[in-house]
Amino acid sequence: MSDCSRPSEARIIGSGRGGIRDPMMGRLPIAKMLAATVALTAAISAVMVPIRWNGQGASTAAPEIDRLLDVMIVLSAFVFSLVLVMLFYALWKFRAKPGDESDGEPIHGNTKLEVAWTVIPTIIVLFGAGYSWVVLDRIEKPAENPIKVQVFAQQFAWSFGYPGKGNAWSEGELHVPLDRQVQFKMHAQDVIHSFWVPEWRIKKDAVPGITTTATITPDKAGTYQLICTELCGFGHATMRAKVVVEPPADFRKWVAGLDQEVPQPFEDSVIQDVEANPVPVGAGGA
Amino acid sequence: MVTAIKQPGWIRGALGALLGAAFGVGLVVVLRDISGLPIWQTEQTGYPHVVVPLVTTPLGFLAGFGAFDYWLRWAVGAPTIPDDHSQHGAKSWRDYFKFNTDHKVIGIQYICTNFFFFFVSGLLALLIRAELVQPGAQIVDASTFNGLFSTHAAIMIFVFIVPVFAGIANYVLPLMIGAPDMAFPRLNALSFWMLPVAGLLFLGSFLAPGGAFDAGWTGYAPLSTGAPLGQSFFNLGVQFAGASSIATALNFLVTIITMRSPGMTFWRMPLLVWANLSTSLLVVAATPFIAGAQFMVFFDRLLGTQFFQFAGGGDVISYQHIFWFYSHPAVYIMMLPGFGIISEVISIHARKPIFGYRLMALALIGIVVLSYSVWAHHMFVAGMFSWLRVPMMITTLLIAVPTGIKIFSWLGTLYFGKIHTYSTAMLFALAFIVTFTVGGISGVMLGMVPLDIHVSDTYFIVAHIHFVLFGGSVFTIFAGIYHWFPKMTGRMYDEKLGRVHFWGTVIGTWGTFIPMHWVGMDGMPRRVADYAAQFGDWNLLISIFAFMLGAVQLVFLYNMVVSWRYGPRAEANPWHGNSIEWQVSSPPPIFNFDEIPRVVGGPYEFGVPGARHAIMAGEGAEAPGPEPSKVGAT
Repeated sequence: MSDCSRPSEARIIGSGRGGIRDPMMGRLPIAKMLAATVALTAAISAVMVPIRWNGQGASTAAPEIDRLLDVMIVLSAFVFSLVLVMLFYALWKFRAKPGDESDGEPIHGNTKLEVAWTVIPTIIVLFGAGYSWVVLDRIEKPAENPIKVQVFAQQFAWSFGYPGKGNAWSEGELHVPLDRQVQFKMHAQDVIHSFWVPEWRIKKDAVPGITTTATITPDKAGTYQLICTELCGFGHATMRAKVVVEPPADFRKWVAGLDQEVPQPFEDSVIQDVEANPVPVGAGGA
Repeated sequence: MVTAIKQPGWIRGALGALLGAAFGVGLVVVLRDISGLPIWQTEQTGYPHVVVPLVTTPLGFLAGFGAFDYWLRWAVGAPTIPDDHSQHGAKSWRDYFKFNTDHKVIGIQYICTNFFFFFVSGLLALLIRAELVQPGAQIVDASTFNGLFSTHAAIMIFVFIVPVFAGIANYVLPLMIGAPDMAFPRLNALSFWMLPVAGLLFLGSFLAPGGAFDAGWTGYAPLSTGAPLGQSFFNLGVQFAGASSIATALNFLVTIITMRSPGMTFWRMPLLVWANLSTSLLVVAATPFIAGAQFMVFFDRLLGTQFFQFAGGGDVISYQHIFWFYSHPAVYIMMLPGFGIISEVISIHARKPIFGYRLMALALIGIVVLSYSVWAHHMFVAGMFSWLRVPMMITTLLIAVPTGIKIFSWLGTLYFGKIHTYSTAMLFALAFIVTFTVGGISGVMLGMVPLDIHVSDTYFIVAHIHFVLFGGSVFTIFAGIYHWFPKMTGRMYDEKLGRVHFWGTVIGTWGTFIPMHWVGMDGMPRRVADYAAQFGDWNLLISIFAFMLGAVQLVFLYNMVVSWRYGPRAEANPWHGNSIEWQVSSPPPIFNFDEIPRVVGGPYEFGVPGARHAIMAGEGAEAPGPEPSKVGAT
């Protein structure tokens, strides 16, 4: 490199400034860049926050999760804007002129800046983690008197058991009462499936051999769709069930009208779920 | 003919493959016969007379092809044939189809093979997008569709992204550290030749009864343990790709630790070398886990073991723990080498030292350490013991910190530099910073348990993974290929076509993968051939952009092929880099250096008066350096 041996003039000029201010940072319009970042963050947030990305919400968990999403959108918009402003300012300001073969200034780093962009993101993500933890605790908080519903997943259909009324069984249609916590106890008959009602913002895998639990409090009456979200074979895309949230009186009437009992193989899957029915200590295993 | 059979090569390789196949079938027939079992077993998960030859045929081919000649001779005490290096270098395209131990030939073999599979797998992706143009089933049935996205992912991950980085580093890394070759050249060649085997196994599964493996690239048990024969092709393909990956990583580790030229301390290594050091640490420790997981599935399928069968005392979820213990570090295996490439490209084209070089290297190591402690964030809704979710959420979010350090340090490198954007490599590097930031942001959102519960297994995941693997890894791969194309081929590529490719790729990436976030959050699950009508318009748009993205890759292919043959001659150092690979001719001499260079400074000392990185042979000794010492023999 022919120009390696030439001292960089800009560096010498640059190092003349300083005092308390950082010599490098001192030459950047930090305030303007921050203002641009904030303005861009505000613009992106103004467009993105009002949109209901997750669709309609129909459970007490939905507003909590959607609020977390909104907070994350604002924080993410800030990070994204910061990257864009830093990148495009550099591209605008420090683009080499045509024919300029010289090197840039030999700046190897800046400890203050490096500490800043290690510590600030750490604080942001730890805030995100803490907030998420709070939300998680809230949406999974058990209520006083939940209703238990057995969920049976098989290739490629859903069915449901209502222990409240002598094992009433419903195929392909799930009814739950409005404004009361439901505990779904899930049992898979063959492979893994996953229980998702987008409006409830709840998802949980049904796993062969164990019982998994999902807790939700529906707060909006209506008809929704239960979608299988874990690949379970060729019928995966069509493994759906109808979900009806209705006032308790209607729900009771509907359960009373169920005239089938949970078939024995499904009942067996409840019994043999090792997590729900652990082998007693000293029973010798088998 | 007799000499052709005695000489290692394609004829002996074909013979070896035949013998291997015959041995495999024979072994199954004999063992089943003496065990009193029916000789042919065709249960859908079985077919031992197909599956065993899937192992023995490639091994027979490799033996015949010459992969084990030297070691076998040595092992049995026969006189070994000393390597006279006569087959080093490549004079015509035919030389790339030989068992060659030259790291530069192997590098090009890797890259060309990997891009072949990139284009094949890209076509599979376009078939997927064609099916998804509108709701309902149009082109393929649901089973074929499941096979398409499974093979698409398996090929892209195991025979494109992971190994193409090994290919680029294979070529560049020994040059960068001033080594004449990799530490174990024969192992290096074997590593390469196992890759086409893996790729052909993945593709060959389409011919199996029951179709290609269709349990996703994740192959969750028990869907995979009960799947048709094609799943065994996947189980075995992963073994070959994994063995290749582990052997290469060991090779890189030994090469980097023992073969740096005199004066190259750890703090004088280019960041590409740091990146491959970190990646190799991940590969050697994590890859055995996916190998194990796939063997356990394989044994459940063929031997009746019950690892993942709850009825037999197995544990279904343990598959996911073992699988993700590899497959989460795997996303860093697919990203860290790209970080290294971006550091090289940005520093050279901004004419600036890397901002915070040591913190950049430490960030890589930080990612390596953290990435072993985040695997269960793929399992927040899997029904695992729930206490693990919060700790894994915290580590997952913390891993954004070293990644953020890298993003900001690249941006810092640009400041007070002289940024040149004439090179397509630099364009891809700059675009990478933005797209990867988006992929990182969606990754942080996915790391938060309550958000993950909603979007897990939806198109949001598909969007995120493509933003980090396509907008991230593949952008860095393009940057690396353009950056070192002159060095590898001795020719310049066409920057105008490069720009067409760049803009097409950027627009195609955003157009294809951004709307996927939206449909996913709004309720569209992943891995479905059919979907609710409300998502039809978005999917049509996604497919249009996907086809554009696919088409523009042909410009890249044309540019590379034609420039390799007809491009103007490249000078030794077209980008005016400091690192050692730019100080030798393009392409480099057969043994890289007449005399091992001496390293006297850091690799990115742009603008530092009088600074040198390395003193090459014949340059005299104006700067005193350590005595040139012996370097590990080939």
